Amino acid sequence: MPKQTFVLNGRTTTVNVADDVRVLWVLRDILGVTGPKYGCGINVCKACTSHINGKAFNPCAVRVGDLKPKDRITTIEGLADTAPGDLHPMQQAWLDLDVSQCGYCQPGQIMAAVALVKKVRREGREIQESDLDGIRNICRCGTYPRIRDAIRQGAARM
Amino acid sequence: MTDTFRHEPEARGDDTTTTDGDASGLRRRTFMGWVLAGTTLTVAADLGLARPAAAVIPSGPQVADVYDLEDAQTDSALPTSQLIQITITEQGTAEFELPRTEVGQGILTSTAMIIAEELDLPVSKVKVTMAKARPELLFNQLTGGSNTTFSTYTPIRVAAAIARQQLLEAAAILFGTNADRLITVGGVVRDTLGNEATYGDLAVDAAKQVVEAVEVVLRPESKFRTIGKPQSRLDARDAVTGKKKFTGDLKVKDALPTMVCRPPTHRGSPQALQNQSQIERMPGVTHVAQIPTGIAVRAKTFGQCIDAIRKMQVTWNPGSAAAESDETILAELRAAEIPLAVPEVDLPGVVKTVETDCVFAFKSSAALEPYTAIADVREDSAEIWAGLKAPIVAQQDVARDCGLSPSAVTINVITGGGSFGHKLFGDHAREAAQASKAMGVPVKLMWHRADEPRQGRLHPMATSRVRATVVGGEVAAFEQRHTSILMDWSHGFGDQLTSVADELPPQLGGYTISQSIFALTQQLPYNFGVVDQLLNETLTPGDAVDERFASGSMRNIYSPDVRTAAELTVDKLAKLAKKDPVEFRLAHLKDPRVKAVLRKVAKEGNWGRRMPAGTAQGVAIHKEYKGCTAVLIEIDCRPATVNRNLGPETVTGPRVTKAVIAVDPGLVINPRGLEAQMIGGCMDGIALTLTSSNHLRDGRFLEASWDNYFYTRQWNVPFETEVHIVDSDSDTPGGAGEAATGSTAAAVACAYARATGTNPTYFPIQHEKPLAFKPKSFEPSVPQSPTNGLNRTY
Repeated sequence: MPKQTFVLNGRTTTVNVADDVRVLWVLRDILGVTGPKYGCGINVCKACTSHINGKAFNPCAVRVGDLKPKDRITTIEGLADTAPGDLHPMQQAWLDLDVSQCGYCQPGQIMAAVALVKKVRREGREIQESDLDGIRNICRCGTYPRIRDAIRQGAARM
Repeated sequence: MTDTFRHEPEARGDDTTTTDGDASGLRRRTFMGWVLAGTTLTVAADLGLARPAAAVIPSGPQVADVYDLEDAQTDSALPTSQLIQITITEQGTAEFELPRTEVGQGILTSTAMIIAEELDLPVSKVKVTMAKARPELLFNQLTGGSNTTFSTYTPIRVAAAIARQQLLEAAAILFGTNADRLITVGGVVRDTLGNEATYGDLAVDAAKQVVEAVEVVLRPESKFRTIGKPQSRLDARDAVTGKKKFTGDLKVKDALPTMVCRPPTHRGSPQALQNQSQIERMPGVTHVAQIPTGIAVRAKTFGQCIDAIRKMQVTWNPGSAAAESDETILAELRAAEIPLAVPEVDLPGVVKTVETDCVFAFKSSAALEPYTAIADVREDSAEIWAGLKAPIVAQQDVARDCGLSPSAVTINVITGGGSFGHKLFGDHAREAAQASKAMGVPVKLMWHRADEPRQGRLHPMATSRVRATVVGGEVAAFEQRHTSILMDWSHGFGDQLTSVADELPPQLGGYTISQSIFALTQQLPYNFGVVDQLLNETLTPGDAVDERFASGSMRNIYSPDVRTAAELTVDKLAKLAKKDPVEFRLAHLKDPRVKAVLRKVAKEGNWGRRMPAGTAQGVAIHKEYKGCTAVLIEIDCRPATVNRNLGPETVTGPRVTKAVIAVDPGLVINPRGLEAQMIGGCMDGIALTLTSSNHLRDGRFLEASWDNYFYTRQWNVPFETEVHIVDSDSDTPGGAGEAATGSTAAAVACAYARATGTNPTYFPIQHEKPLAFKPKSFEPSVPQSPTNGLNRTY
């Protein structure tokens, strides 16, 4: 069984698993990191959204064998450590606006929101309605309006 | 917490009411409950207190008939099996197991608030968890019909009030004073001399060795300090840090990932797996077993389960709907429609008939968390972990499937990742138990997303016909005939209704369960002369289920469809009368509470403002669950909006640009949670009218994931969503979980009709358009996960 090595939430992690197992199952079923959720397995619902080298990605659509040893994977569990303070400002905004209902999609929503804010900043601008419209993460509880407000608030503190 | 609450004098004299020190001078009820035997203070109240007939204790039949006060004081047996109990710990916390299921609606938080209020304890010191299946509760452990708070509010308050009273009495002994000279402040009892003791200090002293019946008076609403104040969800931090655990996140020893290869047709069944030994040799696979619904495979990871399913060669029996498509089911519904009673008349200037005839497609109630259950079935016992809204029914079903007695089956109720009706049934728990029994090992069984809309529970297809007759300018009759594929109520809702059959209105006699629920939920609160709303289903009464479809109620049961057809008709009546839709409604609404919410949205939403062609406002009202809502929608149906291209897997279409919701829910426990429920219900209503449905073709539902089943997405979300809570003098909490869905669905339909100048008749609007997706394969039943994720980072 091949050894797979990558950096998970700041720690170099090695796991014995076949190359073609998707990263989502390596995280959830083997490593027990359950913040990224399964909602479709085909990169549609975005519930598993996490970061690779600071950018949003969906581990359900990446073979673990395609990760490089230096690749830094951040899941919701590691997000707070990427910013000063107890929580990442985006997590705090989520609390301030009491966004979550069932909470199942929210780890992915928050990870997507953080990456989106960074992306538009790289483009030299701030979040617009059209950026929010383009978020593909599903929330079946329908918390979307509070998500929109929280992203604006979280961005202001990032 | 600086606020204080002075202890009320105990009940005296009159055995049903007492006068308190409240300036209002209102006589308040005395309730009875129990102090149970325990090492720390443990108190209980009867869940039956919520039922109006039993509200005045101690004359309640379910108490006195089985247990009188004398017995209660001496016997250590439980006074009734329907108890809910609160325990005060030595740490000063209150612990409570709620016999309902949290699926995102916020009931664990609102329940903690109710206990905190009556106990005078900070909300953070109240620990509410979900009870395991408790068969002795009979039908009183079912989460549905927006009923949780209404049905548990009084019993929980009674238990909490007894706990506070007992703590005061224990402190009185300790301080050498009388309980009515003490005050409680945030979990501490004090006297005027400076003595104080925390609830934790008193928890052991207040404990009893035998059961004792006690009476208590509840805190007057005028003194509420926690109930009615905004409170964030108690699990919010866990949710945003990834700590919140759903069933799939639990670690149960040896419960490896398990998934099911399912038939190509809806409700088909397996004949045989042709290549079992090949599948068993695949990487990671540990077990393969046939269960009634398909071929289950257990592996080291879910990814390896998917790989295995895709290689399976299975022969299948078709489902019994194999010959059916949307068109055949619609024809069946048309044939079953009960004729409208009032003849269609058109006498110019005298009598005019206004008609509406709508079709509502099948809809999937699937939540984002797929059906997931962990099962560990042994020779003589079984243990289940799952999100279940009717755990007692699941317990009975699992016991039957496994050849065990229900008492040998433990059901752990786990917080659900959404439900919307989908988790009323224990299908997932049964499958997990069947797989565990067949394999002889524990399993963590999860449905693939593709299976959810194809094989999971669906809201059945329906038609709704309305005929309103206007005589001399007045609406003289309003008939609605709703016709549906039979709804499956076997999750216990039906039993719950049957159990109170003798208390139901007599006019329900002879109705089916569906018809009773329809009659108990649907109201047309307008003065429209003779009003007559009827439900008919496509099987004769007496048929318990329509085996062709995995049907079930979905967020707001009948209301979105019924209200859409009715409110479209009200708009037509207003137009005929040359009246503004809001004015017309206000002139005909009977209930001042409904009028108040309608006036609120009209004012806050700037009703009647000038809007560009192709855009419009629409408005609708709904009255249900002891409350009412009004919704004002603004919609943009202009081509530039409708034809927005946001790439594949995306249905844009007409966009609701603004939603204004006003709700009078009765007594508000948590306004922040109520607002969240209104927003969520509104997003559901938008999807129901515009985008979300299942297409049935030759016994197969085409939709297989969120790129096919178009629930509201960010590009469909209003730019502005406002919720206004309208003050109500009601002292009864109503239901919140579903209240905004029907009114939003109807308001979106009315706005769409006005913006496009059309008369929409098939919902959702998207359903009749060319398919916006290429159906995924049926064999294999699950799609492979892509591998190009690193090309799609941002």
